[in-house]
Amino acid sequence: MSELTAKTIAELRDGFRARDFSAREVAEAYNAAVAGAKALNAYAVETPDDALAAADAADKARGNGDLPPLAGIPLGIKDLFATRGVNTTAGSRILKDFKPPYESTVSANLRKAGAGMLGKLNMDEFAMGSSNETSAYGPVISPWRRKGSNVGLTPGGSSGGSAAAVAAGIAPGVTGTDTGGSIRQPAAFTGICGIKPTYGRCSRWGIVSFASSLDQAGPMARTVRDCAILLEAMAGFDPKDSTSLDLPVPRWEANLSSDLKGKCVGIPKEYRIDGVPAEINALWDQGIEWLKDAGATPVEISLPHTKYALPTYYIIAPAEASSNLARYDGVRYGLRVEGEGLNGMYSATRAEGFGAEVKRRIMIGTYVLSAGFYDAYFTKAQKVRALIKQDFRKAFEQCDVILTPTAPSAAFGIGETTDPLAMYLNDVFAVPASLAGVPAMSVPGGLDGQGLPLGLHLIGNELDEQTVLNAGLAIEERAGFTARPEKWW
Amino acid sequence: MFGGRRSCAGDLLQIGGRIPPQVRLSPLPPCRSHTPPLSAPTMSVSTEQVRHIAKLARIAMSDEEIERLAPELNNILGWVEQLGEVNTDGVEPLTAVIDQKLRLRDDVVNDGDIRDKVLANAPDAQHGFFAVPKVIE
Repeated sequence: MSELTAKTIAELRDGFRARDFSAREVAEAYNAAVAGAKALNAYAVETPDDALAAADAADKARGNGDLPPLAGIPLGIKDLFATRGVNTTAGSRILKDFKPPYESTVSANLRKAGAGMLGKLNMDEFAMGSSNETSAYGPVISPWRRKGSNVGLTPGGSSGGSAAAVAAGIAPGVTGTDTGGSIRQPAAFTGICGIKPTYGRCSRWGIVSFASSLDQAGPMARTVRDCAILLEAMAGFDPKDSTSLDLPVPRWEANLSSDLKGKCVGIPKEYRIDGVPAEINALWDQGIEWLKDAGATPVEISLPHTKYALPTYYIIAPAEASSNLARYDGVRYGLRVEGEGLNGMYSATRAEGFGAEVKRRIMIGTYVLSAGFYDAYFTKAQKVRALIKQDFRKAFEQCDVILTPTAPSAAFGIGETTDPLAMYLNDVFAVPASLAGVPAMSVPGGLDGQGLPLGLHLIGNELDEQTVLNAGLAIEERAGFTARPEKWW
Repeated sequence: MFGGRRSCAGDLLQIGGRIPPQVRLSPLPPCRSHTPPLSAPTMSVSTEQVRHIAKLARIAMSDEEIERLAPELNNILGWVEQLGEVNTDGVEPLTAVIDQKLRLRDDVVNDGDIRDKVLANAPDAQHGFFAVPKVIE
């Protein structure tokens, strides 16, 4: 890492303003780092000129003192966000060469805040995956390796390219999206921070839809402060998204405080899972101690429907996906494969355009929504989801924030998990907060015995990102996590 | 074909080498291999049904793909059937995860005149329209 690519976003912002370096120098350092890291396969598309143009605009604006908050900061954008004129494929063959004539609200907000774009980040196809292995661009390779091993590891998913880019120092910060853990699990696997805000904080307009009642954008970066900075720029009311929250964006960064006096931290007993590696439970206990040290009081809580969250998710998310992905019909955009008549064309296009995991989920979704099964599966799942939401409502009468591990394991090897269900279980700790629409964050806590990062997971009450960020900051200050992957790429 | 034995969370967590074999959510009742779900009917998907679902989903599939997918779908559906254990009597299905009112906007044209942009990514655009294979004889 060069001196500039080792800096946090806060340091880049402040150093640029203090004239320690120019925005162009930052963009050039990152463009070079991106170009030198092709072995990671983190970027699906590189846009060095975009980063340079934004940097030049920032350098020019620096003279007049009225700089937007992210002036001089280049970012990576997950390939799920529509970017005007730049390939947006959601990691799928069916959207090969799709160039949106419009910009997603979140990436437009970042541009308005002065940020440039380094490129589009690789991801699981349509964000369906927990290992970045389902991408049509091929898997992302994590910059992390087990001690004394050169086996390729996954960076997690679906925001795997995003996570690998931040961990490898080829982006200071990135966008991710989280439907059932897709920001938090990869953040945990790669030793970085990532937050999924309250459902509705970030506009979904221009984000390729997966499961619309769950999809939420959020930032991933090296520090809690950087996440707060990015989230402030990404969030905000958008009339183009009917579920966008019409609320002012809080000043999360200005209000950051690791003083947790008077706060209660809930420890959900149902998250104690037999057989999770002892190191993960030990880190969880350490996290409780860190939050106590910051002034918080731990309290045992119960989220009784926890064990039903994953099966509920694997009805609702595929159901919504099967409906959302009906739009890929070979008519309006993307791939077309000719077949017998119109139906033959649809079926041939979708057979060739979608990968195995996406097909699997469309099939499950189609089945649970089909006549005769709708009530038994879909309506039932929506009822259980109401109970899960109720669990969190009750819990937040007792506590201000909940602490759990982020994932039940450290990063695993590429190709090691071939069973779909075993893959789904990666998100066992992440999915309940998604179903409840509440904000949740992963912060790095330490390394396991193999030298791989482990994350701690903070879940807050709806609209209370501040307490999540503050508790994250308290952990970050105490964990002193400075480990970086050794450069091999 | 599937021996009538359904998986429970405890079984499925054992699949794959990465998650330790004894992982299971606690407290978790023992496997319910002999207990039918409380409300969800027991559903085993046949290859014929998989073929039908693929048709509904407009995805062309070979016989081999269907043969491969049937046990996978059964595995996943068998696992989600544990929701049958949850008493949801009197529970309203969740419709919005964060309470909010749907907004109305002024009934005015605020978009449009972008035909060429709309057609720009079409695999086959002709005379200002999306073109599809012939539908009407």
